[in-house]
Amino acid sequence: MHLKWIDYAVIGLYCAFVLGVGFTLKKSMRTSMDFFLSGRRIPAWITGLAFISANLGALEVMGMAASGAKYGMLTTHFYWLGAIPAMIFVGLCMMPFYYGSRARSVPEYLRLRFDEKTRAFNALTFAVMTILASGINLYAMALVFKLMLGWSIHATIVLSAIVVLVYTFLGGLTSSIYNEVLQFFLIVFGILPLAVVSVTYARGWRGLEAHMPPGFTHMWANLGHATANPMGVDWFQLVAGLGFVLSFGYWCTDFLVIQRALAARDMTAAQKTPLIAAIPKMFIPFLVIVPGMAAWVLLPKAAFLVDGKVDYNMALPLLLANYYPPGMLGVGITALLASFMSGMAGNVTAFNTVWTYDIYQSYIRPAASDAHYLTMGRIATVSGVLLSVLAAYVALSFHNIMDYLQLLFSFVNAPLFATFLLGMFWKRATSNGAFFGLASGTLAAALHYFATLHGWFVYRSEMAANFNRAIYAWGVCFLVTIIVSFFTRPRAEAELGGLVYSLTKKQNYGDLPVLRRPLTLAIVVAVITIALNWIFR
Amino acid sequence: SSGLDIRWPIGLLFLAIGAAVAVFGILSASRTDLWGLQINLNLWWGVIMTAFGLGMIWGGARAGRRPS
Repeated sequence: MHLKWIDYAVIGLYCAFVLGVGFTLKKSMRTSMDFFLSGRRIPAWITGLAFISANLGALEVMGMAASGAKYGMLTTHFYWLGAIPAMIFVGLCMMPFYYGSRARSVPEYLRLRFDEKTRAFNALTFAVMTILASGINLYAMALVFKLMLGWSIHATIVLSAIVVLVYTFLGGLTSSIYNEVLQFFLIVFGILPLAVVSVTYARGWRGLEAHMPPGFTHMWANLGHATANPMGVDWFQLVAGLGFVLSFGYWCTDFLVIQRALAARDMTAAQKTPLIAAIPKMFIPFLVIVPGMAAWVLLPKAAFLVDGKVDYNMALPLLLANYYPPGMLGVGITALLASFMSGMAGNVTAFNTVWTYDIYQSYIRPAASDAHYLTMGRIATVSGVLLSVLAAYVALSFHNIMDYLQLLFSFVNAPLFATFLLGMFWKRATSNGAFFGLASGTLAAALHYFATLHGWFVYRSEMAANFNRAIYAWGVCFLVTIIVSFFTRPRAEAELGGLVYSLTKKQNYGDLPVLRRPLTLAIVVAVITIALNWIFR
Repeated sequence: SSGLDIRWPIGLLFLAIGAAVAVFGILSASRTDLWGLQINLNLWWGVIMTAFGLGMIWGGARAGRRPS
């Protein structure tokens, strides 16, 4: 497939505009709060779209289309079960503590609620994890452009990283958020016609039902037993593992997305951020998963072969190549490029904040001037991009190392939500309880992994093993935190105001009309989500 | 608005891309068969993107006139 001048012109226009946003915002980056948290002045509609766009990286767009081709409508569980409920929960129940405590990051909330060692554990693992995620994102994109367009992997990695570096270095989080909004619209406009064309060619929903394997067009019908569906999971593993532990662990504690809400102009805007994000999130399956299913129906199976093996990740690129004429192809390629850049910039801005506030300011240089931390933020941005490029090359050269590193961090992530849940809703939870709970949960995840490896636990699929590992890790963390807390001294209640539910003044919305309150929006989102689950059951 | 209303860059970008793709659609003869019709995808989607861009610019301009 070859691009024409019009396609390059569209890509060039996009790059010029994202860089222009960075240059325009450069002069307004006066303090570290401007650079790391946009001065907490951004309206809810912008933080909401940035919240969803930062999550809409290349791995999400191409990976979910791939899962659509591989598992069909079962993939929508990652949205309608594995995202929306957690987004409602974080908006209504957790944002009052994140935003109300004036914490500048998620690890800083852990310090305010518990102690330094719990914060350090979370900050260090998060910083390394964001760099890995950013690098893998970069590598995945370069690989697709190599397979699709024959572009050099090295040139794609370096040029893309430079664009992200320039606009995040100049405009900090504001530049990242503004460009995420721009990128969100580009992703929608770049892929929506492809969804319409591909599903039309597959003869609509009836055509997909007729040509896909049985059960691929249903969400819930085949979850009675793990042998009855291609994912190899049953309803309990899915609801408890994905719908509760992993989903709430990501959407409620990952600073990459929470940072967007912390940039909001007031508490109501912060609460609405994930709720506004939930609206497009509900419909993204129709943009990526359903076209992935159509790709499997429309394209010859040989087209999916890469090095002799079926590679479902080619679903979306193959559709672009087969159904877009020059011109539209430029718009589609730009959408993929935008998804990659929004994912990478999100990781880099989260990394530079956690590094500067939670590691550098806390342990290396505690009492420097604000200007010094602003400079350090810019140095961390450059370092974050360089480390991402390094991680991309590690992924390129040593696939297994990256797999093991990701596995290692999945051990850390699984129990995290139990710590936050108890910290926010149980005033008796102690700092030692939190730390030893996290450590025990991580250890439980590792032990479960080795037990599965040695055949002591047997599951139908790797996904089922992942869901079960998360359930065990979360359960151990929850129980150990409670037990240790009962044997250790809690902090004085006077120190926990604004950090724990029972000791925090309830949100007063004043004369804000009922229809514009977060709870009303949450009810609308919940009703639509339940309806979607019912329609595609 | 940091001095920047994000609707302006979004609007201008969509206006530029939409217009370029629509003009290319007029100049090129590519057609996509949709619902039995021979659709010029570049032209129609370019027009839709242009309209979205104009809507964004209008929103930004209207907000700019509103006293803060």
